Amino acid sequence: MSIPLHYYLGLSAVLFAIGVAGVLTRRNAIVVFMCIELMLNSVNLTLIAFASFMGDISGHVLVFFVMAVAAAEATVGLAIVIALFRNRQTVNIDEINILKW
Amino acid sequence: MSQELLINLSIVILLLPLFGFALLIFFGKKLPRQGDWLETMMISSALVLALIVLFQKLTLYHDATLMLNFTWVDFHNVPGIGPLKIVLGISVDNLAAIMMVVVTLISAIVHWFSIGYMHGDVRYSRYFAFLGFFSFSMLLIVLANNLLLLYVGWELVGISSYLLIGHWYEKKSASDAAIKAFIVNRIGDIGFFIGIMILFATFHTFGLEEIFDGIQGGRLPFGSEAWLTAAGVLIFCGAVGKSAQFPLHVWLPDAMEGPTPVSALIHAATMVAAGIYLVARTFPIMTADALTIIAYIGAITAFIAATIAIAQNDIKRVLAYSTVSQLGYMIMAFGVGAYTAGFFHLVTHAMFKAGLFLGSGSVIYAMHNALHHQQDHHTDAQDIRNMGGLRTKMPVTFWTFTIYALAISGVPLTSGFLSKDEILAGTLAFGGLTGHTVIPIIGFLVAGLTAFYMFRLVILTFMGDHKDAQRLEHIHESPKIMTVPLIVLAVLCFFIFYSFNPFGATSGWIARAVERPDSVVPASVAAAPTETFEEVLHDSHGTAMVLSLLLAGVGIFIAFATYYWKRINADRIAGSLSPIHNFLINKWYFDDVYNGIVVGGTLAWTRLMRWFDDTIIDGIVNGSGSITKVTSSVSGKFDSIVIDGLVNLTAYLSGFGGLILRKSQTGKVQTYIVFVVMSVMVFYFVFRLV
Amino acid sequence: MSISFQDVIATGPITVVSIVALVVLIVETIRDKTELLTCWISITGLVLAMIVAFTSIENTGTAYSGMVNTGGYANFFAVVFCIAGLLSTMLSKSYIQKENIEHGEYYFLLLLAVVGMMLMAAAADLIIFFLGLELMSVTFYVMAGFVRKRQASNEAALKYFLLGAFATGFLLYGIALLYGSTGTTNIESIISRADILPPNTTFLIGLGLLLIGLAFKVAAVPFHMWVPDVYEGSPTTVSGFMSTGGKAAAFSALLLIFAPKLVNLVGPIQEVLAVLSALSMIVGNVIAISQTSIKRMLAYSSIAHAGYLLTGVVAANASGTKGILFYLIAYTVMNIGAFGVLSTFESKDRQNLTFDDYAGLSSKKPVLAGLMALFMFSLSGIPPFAGFFGKYYVFVGAVEAGYTWLAIVGVLMSVVSVYYYLRLVVLMYFKEQAVISEPTVSSLGLTALVISGVAVVELGIFPSTVLNIIANFF
Repeated sequence: MSIPLHYYLGLSAVLFAIGVAGVLTRRNAIVVFMCIELMLNSVNLTLIAFASFMGDISGHVLVFFVMAVAAAEATVGLAIVIALFRNRQTVNIDEINILKW
Repeated sequence: MSQELLINLSIVILLLPLFGFALLIFFGKKLPRQGDWLETMMISSALVLALIVLFQKLTLYHDATLMLNFTWVDFHNVPGIGPLKIVLGISVDNLAAIMMVVVTLISAIVHWFSIGYMHGDVRYSRYFAFLGFFSFSMLLIVLANNLLLLYVGWELVGISSYLLIGHWYEKKSASDAAIKAFIVNRIGDIGFFIGIMILFATFHTFGLEEIFDGIQGGRLPFGSEAWLTAAGVLIFCGAVGKSAQFPLHVWLPDAMEGPTPVSALIHAATMVAAGIYLVARTFPIMTADALTIIAYIGAITAFIAATIAIAQNDIKRVLAYSTVSQLGYMIMAFGVGAYTAGFFHLVTHAMFKAGLFLGSGSVIYAMHNALHHQQDHHTDAQDIRNMGGLRTKMPVTFWTFTIYALAISGVPLTSGFLSKDEILAGTLAFGGLTGHTVIPIIGFLVAGLTAFYMFRLVILTFMGDHKDAQRLEHIHESPKIMTVPLIVLAVLCFFIFYSFNPFGATSGWIARAVERPDSVVPASVAAAPTETFEEVLHDSHGTAMVLSLLLAGVGIFIAFATYYWKRINADRIAGSLSPIHNFLINKWYFDDVYNGIVVGGTLAWTRLMRWFDDTIIDGIVNGSGSITKVTSSVSGKFDSIVIDGLVNLTAYLSGFGGLILRKSQTGKVQTYIVFVVMSVMVFYFVFRLV
Repeated sequence: MSISFQDVIATGPITVVSIVALVVLIVETIRDKTELLTCWISITGLVLAMIVAFTSIENTGTAYSGMVNTGGYANFFAVVFCIAGLLSTMLSKSYIQKENIEHGEYYFLLLLAVVGMMLMAAAADLIIFFLGLELMSVTFYVMAGFVRKRQASNEAALKYFLLGAFATGFLLYGIALLYGSTGTTNIESIISRADILPPNTTFLIGLGLLLIGLAFKVAAVPFHMWVPDVYEGSPTTVSGFMSTGGKAAAFSALLLIFAPKLVNLVGPIQEVLAVLSALSMIVGNVIAISQTSIKRMLAYSSIAHAGYLLTGVVAANASGTKGILFYLIAYTVMNIGAFGVLSTFESKDRQNLTFDDYAGLSSKKPVLAGLMALFMFSLSGIPPFAGFFGKYYVFVGAVEAGYTWLAIVGVLMSVVSVYYYLRLVVLMYFKEQAVISEPTVSSLGLTALVISGVAVVELGIFPSTVLNIIANFF
């Protein structure tokens, strides 16, 4: 017995929402970033589900690209956080607000 | 050569002087010889190319019009008008091809001459740069096939003439003359602009061909023939300004404050020719009424200027008025319908008038050097009363000058005879056809006057004895760079270049190349059609020739009798006719009247306003003062509370709208994200995407 | 499925810039002190790519098994991105020297961003679009934080990164749902599918999420909030590059996916776009008035310009699309020019960026002041400068499409914008100031500024030079 498509879709929608909620509530820049990664991965789940149910290859291909891009983003993101931490000794995004108005 | 090649060559001709201008204005000071060779080479190669284009055009595509159009802007659907596309372009017909040669030829000669004349000038490279720009502007007018581009060129000519007339801007009279030229031209331009707008409002295009087609198809501006006449006359207003026609002719004589070669350029080929060329271009839309107005304006100008020229003593001023007079001739020719003759005269006149100015430049140059040598800084180097007897010292200048004078007087074997005879025949035909006999009478009278004042000039300048024998010793012929252009122009004053028949131009190449275009206006308001006109014209040729010869002879004879043989005492005549003489010396008091009207009018108006202020307004204010006092206490409160409150509130709201919205930008990432998520929800519920 | 040499040639501009980027990276690693060399390699490469793009503009088709479009639209945008990259490179030279961040990677990143933009404009498939977008965005995150020692730059990078990645999540989810509902990632097929299947929920939500992601990238209100902070904190030349190249790339993709056909088919999308457009114009212009820093003012004005451009997308007709393309090229030259002038006057630690610092500039630095005034006039859309015709066409498009109210809002807001743009001109020309800072401008930078100035005037007087090329695309 196979699991129906909308189960996968529901799960990934919930994961996506959790990611968004995390981005909204957490204060640590790294955790916020991890929540964003969660959002991306929930999308990957959606893509895989669609692709395997439709028997189409391009969904799988896109997932690989997303993973690669996410890795690149993670590298750049962490580098930015490190550079910031060296100057400010904080990664709390509430305190990072010299640019405003 | 293919048509594309020719039209591309024309673009090259157009851009060469501009290119020279750009180089000179930026790098002129750094170039060897301040870059005069560069601009001169540019215009000379433009001349060579223009000759090639003309030759090819006349031999291969005699009756074709070469066109190159490009869509300048596509406005799509303009509310209230509909689809609107502005197409600009250039076209080369025979008229434009000939004009291109004339402009580049005169301009090139002026460039060469200037190398000698302007030697050592403070702003030498700028001078050449502006000459190039002037030529470019004029060529733009010549090549434009639409009113917009034409108007752009028109204004550029205005600007460059302003810059060149005011070249020696340290001299007050020069900068005044530049401003005067500019402002007087603006007056005419306003009319021109309104005329363009009337046509544009009707036909939604600037293209001349399209406008002609539209009128021929029965569409009239605002549906009335009167408006068509008005449009024609308004466009002609531009020509009145640029070509120095009555009543806007006052700027041209002052414009000789610029360097003399510039005067030659302005008077012969560029600025004033632009007005004539405009009339030639827009000729098909002129109604009979408009043409009659044009004819009268031209005739009046010709007459006024010729009479003024008699009484002037400044060598350049005499020439300036003679230009105004000859321009009147050309305008008159177009007005009476002698289209070819008018244009022909423009070409021939360009040659001898450029020559006359350059010749006078040569004389002034020599006088100046002699005076300088004598340490004399009081004698006017341009006053013919200080000259005389230069013939022996400056033979080249004298002989070429005499040839020009013969040409402008319309003596047989010269080019001027051919074109002038055509115009006079045209006026006779017009007089016969319409009954406006004043026009031919003025035409012939002016022919006589022209011969008289030109030879007065020649005699007083070159013949007789010099006023100061010592000074004559120091007078020398000008350098080769100046005399060679004079000789070239003098050669071009002979009939052979225009027609093989010395007594008739109708078989000449210009007459064949430039034919009177058919009128496009409705037949009820059109002038006499070409065939009718030609028929009458044919009969008047003989009469015109005999009469014009006779009058020119009489004019020259009187000039010799008065100033050479001294049989007639000019001073006594002037004395006995002193009111008229004063009237002429003062140039019919045009400048004074304009000063009186414009300056005095402004003053009077300010005085009136002042009086109005002092008596009426103050009276009302004082009278109402008592009432005000009563109400003021009430309204004061109202003011300070309600009105001020409202004003302040509005200012506060708009001023702080930005400040408040600005505060939404807190600088915190999460605020932004919250904002985004909330907005997405709002969008979702408002638009119900699902 | 194989990659042939023909594909490599057909996507010439992308190939050229990619190779040049790698060359720059290699040269940078194997030798010391190569900044000048890498700068010139980048300039040469971009000019070469521009020539390649321009000469092959007629060869429309697809490459890489229908994944990438070639010629026409893609090449037009390739030229625009090359112009943006080229001008930025030329302006950057003296700026990054002054900021002490002269490293060869700068040029590498800039070239890589150009490749990303080109991929976006050339995308025939959502996968390529996504890759191009990410390539561009990731390099932008790095470039924003390029001044490592400066807190503002760090902060700009972090904000850009977090918000950008967040938007990527939405965008990707949108792509996934579109894929799920249509069974394909090919853009053409997705658009044509919208006509066959009655738009179902998944399709519409996917489209909406994709729109959110793109609205982030074009900086449309309410997804604009990263723009002022990021533009203010980033190195000035980078801000100029991001605001022009980045915006043009985002709009190129927006026009590809939300093509006129799709917008006209899916009614609600058009209304959403109209509201986004109006909000952007209003908010961008109103807040720009109250700014004291010119750099931040330009950031808000860039939001407003996104609003004007969206008007063209809403219009979804020939005038609108033509207007957008013209507008983008005009905006590229005038905005890079404005940021370029700013970068010459900026001194260490973000000084000399306020309006007051520019008072009386015209008497001391007539050329720079004149160019700045030119860019300001053009940005405010006063004829006969480049900015005017872009606005004209998008507004006419909106009127033709029945969105007259949007055009009216646009015109009113343009009038508002005149206030803050011309305030700078008035300050420069009619106010006096004793001390005026010395600009650092290399001859290369000055050349770039003059090119921009000439382009602004040329496009304003002869718009048809570009319009005739654009007319063949649709």
